[in-house]
Amino acid sequence: MKIVILGCGRVGSTLATMLDQAGHTVTVIDFSSEAFQRLSPDFGGETIPGNGVDEEVLIRAGIKEADAFAAVTNGDNRNIMASQIAKEIFKVKKVVCRIYDPIREETYHELGLETISPTKVGAQMFFDALVAPK
Amino acid sequence: MYIIIGGGGEVGYYLTKNLLTQGHEVLLLEKGSARYQALNDELGPAVVRGDACEARTMAEVGASRADVVIAVTGDDEDNLVICQMAKKRYKVGRTIARLNNPKHEEIFLKLGIDLTVSPTRSILSLVESDLPSSRFVPLMTLKNAGLEIVELRIPEKSPIVGKMLRDINLPRSSNLVLIIRDKQFILPTAEAQINAHDDVFALVNREGEEELSKVFGTLD
Repeated sequence: MKIVILGCGRVGSTLATMLDQAGHTVTVIDFSSEAFQRLSPDFGGETIPGNGVDEEVLIRAGIKEADAFAAVTNGDNRNIMASQIAKEIFKVKKVVCRIYDPIREETYHELGLETISPTKVGAQMFFDALVAPK
Repeated sequence: MYIIIGGGGEVGYYLTKNLLTQGHEVLLLEKGSARYQALNDELGPAVVRGDACEARTMAEVGASRADVVIAVTGDDEDNLVICQMAKKRYKVGRTIARLNNPKHEEIFLKLGIDLTVSPTRSILSLVESDLPSSRFVPLMTLKNAGLEIVELRIPEKSPIVGKMLRDINLPRSSNLVLIIRDKQFILPTAEAQINAHDDVFALVNREGEEELSKVFGTLD
């Protein structure tokens, strides 16, 4: 699959490396080109410095040919907007969006976006680890 | 009207001041503490510290009874989310967003924002209309009707110079609104004559633009 990832922080760089190793064609976008240093040294994908809500940057990253798009910058709103651009304008089939704020996550999930809230997932895991019956 | 404004920069500040003067109930949300203090010193309770993207903040300021929500932060993604959350969660009837990147207009309208305002685009079109070479200047888009208001400057060599309007074959999809000659306005009746250097204002749909430009000899 051809996959575009927006955001090369801890999650973005780890995800990009995993997908690359699994044999997918990966392009990562980040504001700062320094962020790309987080990628594994044998990462074989492409890196594009730029603003992920700018259509031209997304086109340069190959969004038109992409099968999937993941938005994992640390800005909820940036992820939301970029995901909606990928889905509504570029008709990318699989779009997954990270939203920290659980309320915002719920709203956009209802609006039809595929969303992951690390806050909710993380809290649930802690809850289970602390008090859930074994 | 109850109007909530997200983003207390210069645009948000002047917007709040003007709308208050007009007698509206206005609430300005600013998340930065230093900026909030400065705004609060002048505008008092009309400013609340908070993030207009946050559902809790919006609930506290009574977003569900707001008539209009206006998002004017410096970030397009924040403005988009402010408007979408207002529409989806609080059923706000009218949302207006400031666009910093004029290219975002399409996605905003597609995603249900009622109105977008792009200072960048406005300044661009002002610059364009100031260029002596431009004879066909798009002034405004009426998106619901698929129409544009355009300004045509009649060049000396235009084939319609000296003709009366009834003798000019206008594209079916266009309508002349006004002629300006030497700072005077002339109504475009059938007997009105077109002179060189007239400024003609027309309503036209996108398909008719090129034909209109051809008839008026304003193609560059």
